[in-house]
Amino acid sequence: MRRVILTIVGTIAGLVALLSFKSHLPTVPSASVSNTGGSTSTGGSSTAGSSSTAGTSGTGGSPAPSSSAATVPGEFPMGSLAGKLPAGETAVTGHVATTVYGPVQIQLIMRNSKIVKVAVLQQPMNTANDIQIGEFAFPKLIGETLTAQTAKIDAVSGASYTSAGYIQSLQSALDNRA
Amino acid sequence: MTGGQAGRLRHAEHVMGTVVSFDVPACAGQDGPARAGEAGGSAGNRAGGAIGQAVRWLHWVDGTFSPYREDSDVSRFGAGEVSLAQCAPELTEVLEACAAVSALSGGYFTTEPGGRFDPSGYVKGWAIERAAAMITAAGSAEHSVNGGGDVQCVGDRGSGQPWRIGIADPLRPGTLALVVAGRDFAVATSGVAERGPHIVNPHTGHPATDLASVTVVGRGLTLTDAYATAAFAMGSGARDWVESLDGYEAFAITSRGADWQTSGFRAYLT
Repeated sequence: MRRVILTIVGTIAGLVALLSFKSHLPTVPSASVSNTGGSTSTGGSSTAGSSSTAGTSGTGGSPAPSSSAATVPGEFPMGSLAGKLPAGETAVTGHVATTVYGPVQIQLIMRNSKIVKVAVLQQPMNTANDIQIGEFAFPKLIGETLTAQTAKIDAVSGASYTSAGYIQSLQSALDNRA
Repeated sequence: MTGGQAGRLRHAEHVMGTVVSFDVPACAGQDGPARAGEAGGSAGNRAGGAIGQAVRWLHWVDGTFSPYREDSDVSRFGAGEVSLAQCAPELTEVLEACAAVSALSGGYFTTEPGGRFDPSGYVKGWAIERAAAMITAAGSAEHSVNGGGDVQCVGDRGSGQPWRIGIADPLRPGTLALVVAGRDFAVATSGVAERGPHIVNPHTGHPATDLASVTVVGRGLTLTDAYATAAFAMGSGARDWVESLDGYEAFAITSRGADWQTSGFRAYLT
């Protein structure tokens, strides 16, 4: 499960970095962003409160690892949901991915080994631009996450390539748990 | 990570302005997910080592071919600072291949899409296909490499099941238009989603607007991706063009929301 989180967080971090760059230079899709993506894929560090999902039915025991969770705009849960879950749902909190634009941290809510919700605990909030990016990117990514899970796909082909990479990574992780 | 899985090995690498995702299903026997770059005796670790090699290759391609890096061979060659002979020999290989695709596509594929030298329309698919080949050479018969939406699949996804690749719907972000399935195949999509119109019709100098996206399916990602780029620039004429290509099929969504596919595309539908 830790690997799921690492992959998701890493890709979201990359997307945030890319969108941030793009919005500064809207007409020049850049390849040089590759240096800036938060490299989290090797983060074997302790995942904050990663609760096991296999066969458990209790509520998630994942405390919000940071008391400074930013208020994230958009139509998705903000902040940790770990303390307010119905029976049968568990929360899995990713570690904080450090990007050049600031920290990114997400939390998955699982039921019967399926993701039912994705909460954003932290995102870069330094500028109005960061907030706009969050409003655009996170709901889109979360919608795609749930779509990918339903379609049982291995990867996504599309022009919106950072999102596609994200879906691919997530769906691969989901397959791995089956 | 929960138990019971067949030891798939995965890695997501931030490179070339995108995320390149590796998926190697046939790694049974490893104790845990091997990290890219680790060497070792087990199948999982061999695959991990191969992924590490492929990742280094992709970063090398980025440094050599990125038009956004002033010190890349592509930038310096494009600016006339160096001759082709002073550049990596792979640049010559790429230029020759680009010329062939340009000729085959009636000039719709170009190495000067924005008026300056930029072979990126060829380089990405080429780099991903070669990365997948590196993993094959290391002994893996089943894996996929997704270069931010352009996918090379080798073998099947494991247990005899075909790879399933979702085609993003460019007009309904977050949803899939359809799913294609196959073995030993490549799927590449060109479109306007998220990045805005960025493929120019070289014959008019204006952004191509007929299509919202076009997906090409073929054997290898190098040409599949280049053909997808050309097809998008071509617009409505792309259907007949891809129909004329042996071994390639296409599915497109027009900017008005209609869709079409070439005659053999249905073989990939699930």
